Amino acid sequence: MSTRSVEAIEARSLEKSFGEWPVLWDLDLSVPWGQTLVLFGANGAGKTTLLRILATHVRADQGSVAVAGYNLRSRPEEVRRRIGVVGHRSLLYEDMTCRENLVYYSRLFGLKNHNSRVDEVLEKVRLGDRADHRVRTLSNGMQKRAAIARAILHQPDVLLLDEPEAGLDCDSVSILGTLLAEWTESGRSVVMTTHDLDLGLSWGHRAGVLRGGKLNFPGDAGELGSVVNANIRQAVADALGAGQ
Amino acid sequence: MNGLLGPILVIVWKDILLELRSRDLVVSILVFGLLVVVVFNFALNNAPGRAAELAPGILWVAFAFSAVLAMNRAFVREQEQGGLEGLLISPVSRDAIFLGKVLTSLIFMLLIEAALLPVYAVMLDFSALSLTLVLTIFLGTLGFAVVGTLFSAMAVQTRSREIMLPVLFFPVVLPIIIAAVEASTRAVGGETFVGLGRWLPLIGIFDALFLVICPWIFAFVVEE
Amino acid sequence: MAATQGIKSSGGLGIPSLKTGMAAIAGVMMLVDLYFIFMVAPTDAVLGHVQRVFYFHVPIAIMSFLAFFVVFLGSLMYLIKRTPKWDAIAHASAEVGVVFVTLALLTGIIWARPVWNTWWTWEPRLTTTLILWLIYVAYLMVRSYAPTESKAAIYAAVMGIIGFVDVPIVYYSVVWWRSIHPSPVVGPFAESDALTGTMSLILLYSLITFVFLFIYMVMERMSLRKMEEELGKIRFSLRRRRR
Repeated sequence: MSTRSVEAIEARSLEKSFGEWPVLWDLDLSVPWGQTLVLFGANGAGKTTLLRILATHVRADQGSVAVAGYNLRSRPEEVRRRIGVVGHRSLLYEDMTCRENLVYYSRLFGLKNHNSRVDEVLEKVRLGDRADHRVRTLSNGMQKRAAIARAILHQPDVLLLDEPEAGLDCDSVSILGTLLAEWTESGRSVVMTTHDLDLGLSWGHRAGVLRGGKLNFPGDAGELGSVVNANIRQAVADALGAGQ
Repeated sequence: MNGLLGPILVIVWKDILLELRSRDLVVSILVFGLLVVVVFNFALNNAPGRAAELAPGILWVAFAFSAVLAMNRAFVREQEQGGLEGLLISPVSRDAIFLGKVLTSLIFMLLIEAALLPVYAVMLDFSALSLTLVLTIFLGTLGFAVVGTLFSAMAVQTRSREIMLPVLFFPVVLPIIIAAVEASTRAVGGETFVGLGRWLPLIGIFDALFLVICPWIFAFVVEE
Repeated sequence: MAATQGIKSSGGLGIPSLKTGMAAIAGVMMLVDLYFIFMVAPTDAVLGHVQRVFYFHVPIAIMSFLAFFVVFLGSLMYLIKRTPKWDAIAHASAEVGVVFVTLALLTGIIWARPVWNTWWTWEPRLTTTLILWLIYVAYLMVRSYAPTESKAAIYAAVMGIIGFVDVPIVYYSVVWWRSIHPSPVVGPFAESDALTGTMSLILLYSLITFVFLFIYMVMERMSLRKMEEELGKIRFSLRRRRR
C-alpha cells in the first residue's frame, strides 16, 4: 500500500479469445480502494479468465490493466507484488508442510521477518496447530485455507479470489468473511467470483454480472442495496438461463 | 535477496527439499542408468578389450536419456502441484525462474552422474579419475540442462508430453552428444586438455549461446 | 458479419491474383526447366544420366535452407511483434521446408546409390540435412500437440529459433567428427568434374525456378490457413446464433 492510485484496479477495453472463441470483449472494470467487487456469471462466462488476466497469468489480447497504478504490461513484477491470488488450485507443494510452503513464498516475495509473518497468517486462517503437517495430509478445506494464507502473506493491495467458498465448511467460510471484512476496512480491495448469490451479495460492496463477454453492473452505480440486490438476482438468473 | 541469485537459490532449496521428501527422481533415474549399461552390454556384445572403446558412447547415451527423464519428471511435478503457476504469480523475474530450474536440473543430473560414473568405470573397464572427463561431463550436462529445461516447460503442456521432450531435445543437443563422446574418448585415453582439441570449446560455445537465448525465450513459453 | 467480409476479401482481386500469377510463372518455368534438364543438358561423361538428378537436388536443398531461414525470421518477428501474420509466414514456410528437405534427402539417396555405391553415408551435409529434417518435424509436431492455438504459435516459434541457431553448430560438429572418422566417400562435388558452362547455366535456371515454386507454395499454404481461420469463425458464429 505504498502508493495510492485513484483506483485499486483499472482495466480498459479488455479483450481475450481462445482461438476463435471470444471470451471477453471490450470489458471495462474499476475497483476502488477498500471495496469488494463480486463477479457473477454462468459457467464459461469468463470469470476465471478475467481473474487470471488480473493475476498477470493470462495475457489479454487487447486493452490495459493497472493495479495500484502499475501497468500490467510494463511493470508486471510490481503488479505481482501487490496482488494475492486464490484460484482453484492451492499452488502449494503437497510434500512440504504449510510452514515450509509459506516460508518458500515469503522468500520469493522477499519478505523480512518471514517467520513471524508466517505464524501470523497461519493463525488468521486457524491453521496454527497444523503448521507442520504436510499439505498432502490436510483436508481440501484446510488446503484452501492454507492457500488463502499464502495469498495474504505479502499483504497485497488486492486479493483475487476465484470461488473462494468452494470446498469450505461453514466455519471456514465465516473465517474468510471476517478476514475479507477486515481486509477492506483497512483500505485494501478484493475481486472475487462466486456461484453463491447470498454469500456474494453479503460480502460484496459492488456486484457485476459477466455475460456475453461484458461486465454489467445492474442497478445505478452497482452499489449494493435491497433494490439493487433484486436486480442482480434477476440479472444473474437471466445470465444463467442464457448460458445453458 | 531480490536480485537474480536470491530467488534462484530459493527455487533450488525448494526443489532439493521436495526431492528429499519424495525421492521419486534421483533414485529412479539411478536405477534406469544402471539398466542402460546392462542392456548395452548385451546389445553391443561387449567383448573384453572393446569395453573402453565403447564406454564413452554408452556413457553419453545413458546420460542423455537420464537427463530427458529427469527433466520431464521435474516439470511434471511442478505442473501437477501448481508450483510453476505459483512461481509465475510471484514477483520473481522469468530469468530467475528459468535459471533456478536449470540449476536444480544440473545439480540432480550431476548427482546421478557422480553415482553412475564409478559403476560404469568398473563395469566398462575405464578410468574415471580424469579431470578432463569430469569437466566434459559438467559442460555437457550444463548444455542438457539449459536446453532441456526450456523444452520440458513446453513439452509438459502438450499432449503426449512424454514423447514430445525427446523429440524436441535430441536433434538440438546432438552437437553436445557428438562433442562429449569425442572428448570423453580422449579423456579416458589419458589425454590432457590440449589433446581434447576443439571438442570442449564446442560444448562451451553451445552452452554459452543457449544460456543467452533460452532465458529470453522462456518468458514467452510460460505466458498464456 | 466479419466472417462473410473475410471471405469476400480473400475471394477478391488482391492476394489471389498475385498467387495465381506466381503459380503460372512457377508452372511455365518448371516445364522449361524439365526440358532443359532432360533435353538440353549434356549427359555427364562419368556419371551418366543419373547426374541429372543434380539439377533438382541442389536447388531443392538450397530452398530448404532458405525456408528454414524464413521460419527463423518469422518466429523471431512473431515473438517480438505478436502479430499472427508472422506466425502464418513461419508456419507455411516450415511446412514447405519439410517437404523440400524430404525431397532433398530422397534425391540425395537416388544420387548416392549409383554414384557412391551406398544408399546412405554420414557425410556432413547429408547428416546436417537429416538433423534439419528432424528439427522441423519436431517444429510441426509441437505445433499440433500444443494445448491452444496461441501456445502452438509460441512453442513453434521457440523451436524455429532454437533449431536455426543450432544448425551451424550441428554442421561443424559433424564436419569435425568426419575429419577423424573418415570413410571412402567424400563430398558430393568431389567426383564430378567441374560443371560445364551449359550445366551451370541450367543449374542456375533451375534454382530460380525453385525460388518461384517455393514462394508460390508458401503463399498457397498461407491462404489455406486463412481459409481455415475463416471457417473457424463461421463455425463459431453459427454456434452462437443457434443459442
